[in-house]
This record gives sequence, structure tokens and C-alpha cells, in this order.
Amino acid sequence: MSLLQNPLGVHATALMLREQRTTVLASNIANADTPNYKARDIDFSSVMAATKGNTMRTSHSRHIGVSNYQALQGDGMIKYRMPNSASIDGNTVEVNTENNLFTENSLRYQATSTFLNSRIKGVMSALRGE
Amino acid sequence: MSMLTALKISSSAMNAQMVRMNTTASNLANIDVVGSTYDEAYKAKKPIFKTVIENYTQDNFEASVKVNGIFVSERENTRRYDPQNPMATKEGYVFMSNVNSIEEMVDMTNASRSYQTNVEVMNATKKMMMSTLQLGK
Repeated sequence: MSLLQNPLGVHATALMLREQRTTVLASNIANADTPNYKARDIDFSSVMAATKGNTMRTSHSRHIGVSNYQALQGDGMIKYRMPNSASIDGNTVEVNTENNLFTENSLRYQATSTFLNSRIKGVMSALRGE
Repeated sequence: MSMLTALKISSSAMNAQMVRMNTTASNLANIDVVGSTYDEAYKAKKPIFKTVIENYTQDNFEASVKVNGIFVSERENTRRYDPQNPMATKEGYVFMSNVNSIEEMVDMTNASRSYQTNVEVMNATKKMMMSTLQLGK
């Protein structure tokens, strides 16, 4: 797809998804001390693949395709995280994991916004024709 | 406006942790308060946190925290023999508070750590918002 037909490419969707994931991870960290709270997360790569409508190529009819993402569509894209160790108050938040993922998510958000920025700059220079 | 929601969630958690910090401070401040009956003696207080889930849909999830009340510890107050104390009973006993200082210190550390984590989340979210606002500049 050319730059002018779809100037922002996949990055606009990615940025929105990163933003939603920020809220989910912030909720987890906020509820780190709440009894019976269950940590949730968005599986970024599979949601992204589903939005793009990409299908994985298979070389045999019995290979498992990953094109339709039934599990994700069935339960929505927000899923429960399995904790490494159980806690007595029924809370499944592990603050270290959540912190780690939050940092990763915000770094990737910055990366996506850098990509978007260069896309916008590219379109601008194409329009100016200098 | 997901990002603003993230800020709101973190601030709700900071509020809750602050209440926890305040109850811990009250408990530690009242640790040496004595009474002349079981009921008069100071009893430790603990906040109860509750998750408030809003706008839970297929692709959206927001869970803030609220303090759902204060729980009064049921642990039995101990007696101390102190006949000189004006608060003492006829038998010469005063009733101590049921605050456990170790428990309170642990709670305090936990509360301040959690508060800090939420401040960091807020800062990171703010940075992300700023980078979005400056797109195309």
C-alpha cells in the first residue's frame, strides 16, 4: 500500500491498542493490594494479527491455522493472566511482572509514535514536493 | 481517552493507599493508649479495598480501587497490671491497645511502595500522552 493511500499504515491501530493495554496494566497495578482481584491483559500480537486480517500460510491441510482467532473473538481480547504463584487473598497481580510489562508497553508505545511521526513527516515532504 | 482513564485509575489507587497510610499512622500513634475497659481500649483499624470495574466490554477494561470501609480488629486487648494508673480498674489493671507494631510497619512499607508504583505509572502515562500530543511537530 502506498504512503499516500494509507498514510499512517498499521501504526495508528497499534497505537490505539497500546493505549488500551496501558489502561489494563494500570488497572492491574492499581489493584495490586485488592483481595480477589484477577489480573488481566491484552495479547497484543494476536489482536494485531486479527485486526490486520492476516492469515498464516500453511503447507498442509491439517496444519492448525491461526487466521480466525476464535478464542480471542469468543472471550473478547481481554484475558486473565495466570499467576506464577498463588496468593492467599485470591489476588493474581504480581507487581514485578506488571511493572515490567507496563514499561515494555510504554516503550513500544513510544516506538510506535516515533514511526507515526516519521510517516507524517514523509507525507508532508511528499506533499510539498521539495 | 484511554490514557486519561489510566491516570484516573492510578489516582484512585493512590487515594486508597493514602487511606491505608493514614489508618496505619493512627494505629501507631495510639499504640500506647490505655483504657479502663475492653471497649474503651484502642482497637487497630484496617481499610478494606474493593475493585470498581467500569466499562467492561470485549475490548475495554477499567478497574479502579475504592476503600470499601474500615475494619476494626477483633484481636483481644491485653491487660497490664498498673495500679498507679488513674485509668486502672479496682483490681489494678489497665487495658492496652491491640495494635501489633510489626504488622503496622509492614503495612506502612507496603502502602508506600504501592503508592510509589502508582506514581511511576502516572509519570509514564504522562510521557506517553506528551509524545502523542507532539506528533507531526
